[in-house]
Amino acid sequence: MPEFITELLNNHAWLMVAIKVLGVFAVVMPMVAYSVVAERRISAFIQDRVGPNRVGIPFTKIKLLGLGQPLADGLKSFLKEDFTPGHVKRVFYWMAPAVSMIPSFVVFAVIPFGSVLGAQKMVIADLNVGILFTFGIVSLGVYGVVLAGYASNSKYPFLGGIRSSAQMISYEIAMGMAVVPVFMLAADPTWREGLPAESEWNAYLDGTGLLNLSSVVAYQSDGLFSWLIFKQPIAFCIFLIAIFAETNRLPFDLPESETELVAGYNTEYSSMRFALFFMGEYAAMIAGSALMVVLFCGGWTLPIDGFNTPAQSLGMGVLHILVFIGKIAVFLGLMIWVRWMLPRFRYDQLMNIGWKRFLPLSLANIILTAIVLWATA
Amino acid sequence: MKVERAKLSWLERLYIPSILNGFKVTMRHFFSWKRSGVYADKQSDYSAKTTMQYPEEKWPVPTGYRGAPYLVKDVDDNTKCVSCQLCEFVCPPKAIRITPPGQGGEVDREGAEKMPKEFEINMLRCIYCGFCQEVCPEEAIFLLKDYAITGENREELIYDKEKLLSLGGADERAYDHHVQDGVDEGIKKWEKKTQDAQNQPTFH
Ligand code: SF4
Ligand code: SF4
Repeated sequence: MPEFITELLNNHAWLMVAIKVLGVFAVVMPMVAYSVVAERRISAFIQDRVGPNRVGIPFTKIKLLGLGQPLADGLKSFLKEDFTPGHVKRVFYWMAPAVSMIPSFVVFAVIPFGSVLGAQKMVIADLNVGILFTFGIVSLGVYGVVLAGYASNSKYPFLGGIRSSAQMISYEIAMGMAVVPVFMLAADPTWREGLPAESEWNAYLDGTGLLNLSSVVAYQSDGLFSWLIFKQPIAFCIFLIAIFAETNRLPFDLPESETELVAGYNTEYSSMRFALFFMGEYAAMIAGSALMVVLFCGGWTLPIDGFNTPAQSLGMGVLHILVFIGKIAVFLGLMIWVRWMLPRFRYDQLMNIGWKRFLPLSLANIILTAIVLWATA
Repeated sequence: MKVERAKLSWLERLYIPSILNGFKVTMRHFFSWKRSGVYADKQSDYSAKTTMQYPEEKWPVPTGYRGAPYLVKDVDDNTKCVSCQLCEFVCPPKAIRITPPGQGGEVDREGAEKMPKEFEINMLRCIYCGFCQEVCPEEAIFLLKDYAITGENREELIYDKEKLLSLGGADERAYDHHVQDGVDEGIKKWEKKTQDAQNQPTFH
């Protein structure tokens, strides 16, 4: 790297952060776009249809299996009339889509999406309270939905908003509880001594606290069975289901449930505003998947040599990021697939599962983990 | 009203059997490339899933279908229409507009006194009733099988004489259309009517 660029970056730390933010954005936006396409294609195949397979490169006859679809969809939502019904509360109505989309993107700030590229750690903000930050931000997402329901000033969005808030509160708790055992394991610093490439990890983890998400990744780098999905299967199941509920995905899409509530909280929205909700939902899915990958499936590591230590070269660094994206894609596929596997839960069932099953189960899991840790200490 | 809820067993309340079932069903459909039986005889070129790939694939139009009305030519490529304007008169939505040739207009075939100077059908008005075909003494206009009439503006959808003639094509096509309907080839409409009348059982 030329001298002056290095100097510039050293003197202005925010520049590097800005570059990372842009980089993450440049990866997440296409992922959002293509998870929509994937959703449509997979849904179609499950329903014996074909799905969008026409749009390819614009102005040519090349179809590319419909991979040009996001472009057409985006253009369409820009060109559509952005209709504001007369009965809405305008300020909130305008705010809601942004409020629902921004938190989903902010979550990516603390997620370690790769090891290192050069000297840079591949995480935008290496917070020592990473997981707490994540929970704080994820629960903000509900405000967009509630606000949309309130601002729309009509009954279906309102019902959607109410359902959403109840659902989010119920599952937020189970989700938080599910993550506690993860940190009970990862926050015990003794595991760092057993890692294969201890010195590299120590350099990588230098100065990070134990609630840091990178340290959870490091904890899981030691072989396949140190992935927390195997060590904490109950926690994983609860977390997975809670993510489904948090992202309003079927079988928990009660805020939107189109068979009962027309389109729930986004009934009154059209054009780009609706697209913002839509993008927010998919970004939340990706953020949720990323969280699951980091917390339970080893983050960017793989139990193979070279993939279980921070990267030594640029190439490896890029590969680590690709591994991370690949793992996210698996979870996205799962989320899309589950949509067609299960019918929507009834509202009372939803509450039952949240409060009467998952909450006690996650508490029991915490106690169990504590007992095991105490017995083996 | 009180809805009776079935009591779920312990296993059912875990939802795991239903999850597995759902997985099985979705898997089966995802990897099934079979055409649905409903379309089995309708589609031939494409073999995957049930979606009909319109416009590459099209429904075979059934016999007797009333598509867009076009003018046909006779086997010698001459205009059959003699500008009698019966169709214009009978057309319920007034979709047809004929400009007669006036005195001394030319004709391109023997046995015809005149042919239309201009013949327009507004496809946006046409209701595909088939009256024009019914009334035409010369069998010059037929409702063929086109059903996807598209255009970028209204003017484009007013078909003029040239367009109608070229779309209608030579006479055989119209005959084919009729042969399918059970009329012998080459029989003039009125001859057929006469025949039908003669074939009627008589009561005396
Ligand atoms: S089909 Fe009916 S509506 Fe259409 S042009 Fe003929 S007479 Fe008119
Ligand atoms: S199409 Fe037939 S009915 Fe119409 S003007 Fe010509 S000859 Fe007469």
